[in-house]
Amino acid sequence: MTDVKLEQFRKETRAWLEENCPASMRSTFTSEDEIVWGGRNAKFANPDSKLWLDRMAERGWTAPTWPKEYSGGGLSKEENLILQSELKRINARVPLYSFGLWMLGPVLLEYANEEQKKRHLPPAIRGEIRWCQGYSEPGAGSDLAGLQTKCEDKGDHWLINGQKIWTSYANYADWCFCLVRTDTSVKHEGISFILIDMTSPGVETRPIKLISGNSPFCETFFTDVKVAKENMVGKLNGGWEIAKRLLQYERSNISGFGSGARTDVVDIAKQNVGLDEDGRLDDRDLRARIAEHKMFERAYALTAQRAAEEAKAGGNVSHITSMFKVAGATLNIDRCELMVEAAGSRAFGWAGEGYGADELAVTRGWLRSKGNSIEGGTTEVNLNVVAKRVLGLRDTQ
Amino acid sequence: MTFTLSEEQTLLKDAARDFCREQAPVTRLRKMRDDKKNGRDPELWAEMAAMGWAGILVPEEFGGAGLGYVGLGLVLEQAGRTLVASPLHSTALVGASALLLGGSDAQKKEWLPKIAAGEVTFALAVDESAHHAPAKSKLKVAGGKISGTKKYVADGHTADLLLVVGGDGLYLVKADASGVTRRELITVDSRGAADITFDNAPAEKLEGGAKLVQQVLDRAAIGLAAEMLGQAQEAFEITNEYLKTRKQFGQYIGSFQALQHRAAKMFTDIELTRSCILAALDALDRDAEDVSEYASLAKARASDMLHVVSNEFVQMHGGIGMTDAHDAGLYMKRARVAEALYGGATYHRDRYATLLGF
Repeated sequence: MTDVKLEQFRKETRAWLEENCPASMRSTFTSEDEIVWGGRNAKFANPDSKLWLDRMAERGWTAPTWPKEYSGGGLSKEENLILQSELKRINARVPLYSFGLWMLGPVLLEYANEEQKKRHLPPAIRGEIRWCQGYSEPGAGSDLAGLQTKCEDKGDHWLINGQKIWTSYANYADWCFCLVRTDTSVKHEGISFILIDMTSPGVETRPIKLISGNSPFCETFFTDVKVAKENMVGKLNGGWEIAKRLLQYERSNISGFGSGARTDVVDIAKQNVGLDEDGRLDDRDLRARIAEHKMFERAYALTAQRAAEEAKAGGNVSHITSMFKVAGATLNIDRCELMVEAAGSRAFGWAGEGYGADELAVTRGWLRSKGNSIEGGTTEVNLNVVAKRVLGLRDTQ
Repeated sequence: MTFTLSEEQTLLKDAARDFCREQAPVTRLRKMRDDKKNGRDPELWAEMAAMGWAGILVPEEFGGAGLGYVGLGLVLEQAGRTLVASPLHSTALVGASALLLGGSDAQKKEWLPKIAAGEVTFALAVDESAHHAPAKSKLKVAGGKISGTKKYVADGHTADLLLVVGGDGLYLVKADASGVTRRELITVDSRGAADITFDNAPAEKLEGGAKLVQQVLDRAAIGLAAEMLGQAQEAFEITNEYLKTRKQFGQYIGSFQALQHRAAKMFTDIELTRSCILAALDALDRDAEDVSEYASLAKARASDMLHVVSNEFVQMHGGIGMTDAHDAGLYMKRARVAEALYGGATYHRDRYATLLGF
């Protein structure tokens, strides 16, 4: 596309956003409750949140680069970069958080049949259906392919029995994209990828309380759950390839956690440690470690930018997703540990009036961050992936 | 900002890669060392000048190529891969940029064409003790003459011209001028250096004062980081290859998870640092306001990263890595010198924190 046309697109986009992005949506989220996840039981903390979602979804801009025939935005990469920069310019909130958009959609576009795409993509784009991810099981964490949730062919339907764990927000989800075992005689080649309606009889969810006090994850039980034959994506026993591709999307998503902190560690340190007469943090050792962390943060951001440029130029960068997952998780965990250390006893609150909301958020965020190096593939598993796929090192024989 | 190379830059990088592999492999450094030349290989510098690299920064009107810092950084990186011992950093980068930034028209006219032709070499005399502390310079200046002592001046034993850092600016001194005494240092990285004493030595002050000193030191740090990136990349590739060919316990040692994870972390560290160095070079070409931040970012991360990669080069090779016949030791020796020159990780972390306001 010519620069002239792109400039025209920028002009039109800016004008449309000026007119359609409500003023209250032009600010950073102040609490997790303000995030819109959509779904049949969608909650909107603010009527503007719904308006903003509906307007963006109408244009397909919740999924800007997906094809228009599935209600996506149909934008080119260049146009999407412009849209994103214009959204950033007015500090617009992300209208919809969605595993359907971030993880399922991209693999449906690649692997699903026409009917499945037509049925499942538009509701995800409009935020009408909320998805959850049925991957891990009690006995299949890092060794995900060891999963055992059974899926039997009963002629006119599939019959599912088994248990999933760490299913994010399963208790709020309408549908689940799920890995199931369709052949017990082989490992990776006996896995299929299936879509399950969470309102089906026999589906039960139980939230798991975490060390942070929150419950973002559930146990999910499937007892004699009937699933329509058309809900299998890809080939029977061909689910592992789809599973791995989806993990790449999930990992790049988790690695993005690295940039989401609300309070800056330097501000926390200045406030609680103080400065010496030269304007330096009054703890030289902590200062050096914060400086090192700030460099890591900058290096990570620059590398993400470089990878985006290389992807745009046609280079294949999907293989380094695992590298970003490890680095992003490490970065966020380091940041949270430094914030707790810099905050001193101001980070030891749990509830009540004695601590501010920002201080409690540091404590809870620190505890939550421990999951970053576990979820979506542990740091150890992702280092294995880098060693094997990127560096070409082998398995032991 | 961009990370994407132009066609011209890609050609330059490929040419540099081929040249260093064919004309200046590590065996050339080894021979120079064994011949006790202590960093002297004027024939090699003449060949590099003939490739146009001495004048990469020099504008065409002064006989150079005017290809900018990203271009020069690419060549420095390739030279780092094979530990090329040459005045590329001290002359093509430091000498040329100091004159471009702070030279009078007459100085530019006199020296830039000679730099581009490979006819003169420079050295940056900055440290006055065993550690990098440019702000604490005790250099005395009176009546166009300087007095003081500079320690470990890289390429100082061979340079024709010295760029001497003082408290109030940068001074150009001819190495054979009266009052200049050089003591050659035979160094662990086989490149050589010099302790230099100035006793009322005639000096020309360049324009730009203390700001010029900072600009030149930033350029020196960024350029050296580019060279270090090349060293790390080569050291890592050789190590990774060894992990795929060396067998113990009936297995390729690269199949052991303890080594796989360390290799994967090194790869990550190199890639993250590469982005910092490319961004820093790009910041120089853009004449960005935050060049100093980029310089400290690039040099601190390059120092920490190369420290690990050069140590693992030896460790992962086991006993063979301890032998003089293997190249690992040569990389580790050069690594330590490069890590410290123009400020190590500690110095640049401290500076970065100050620049960020804490």
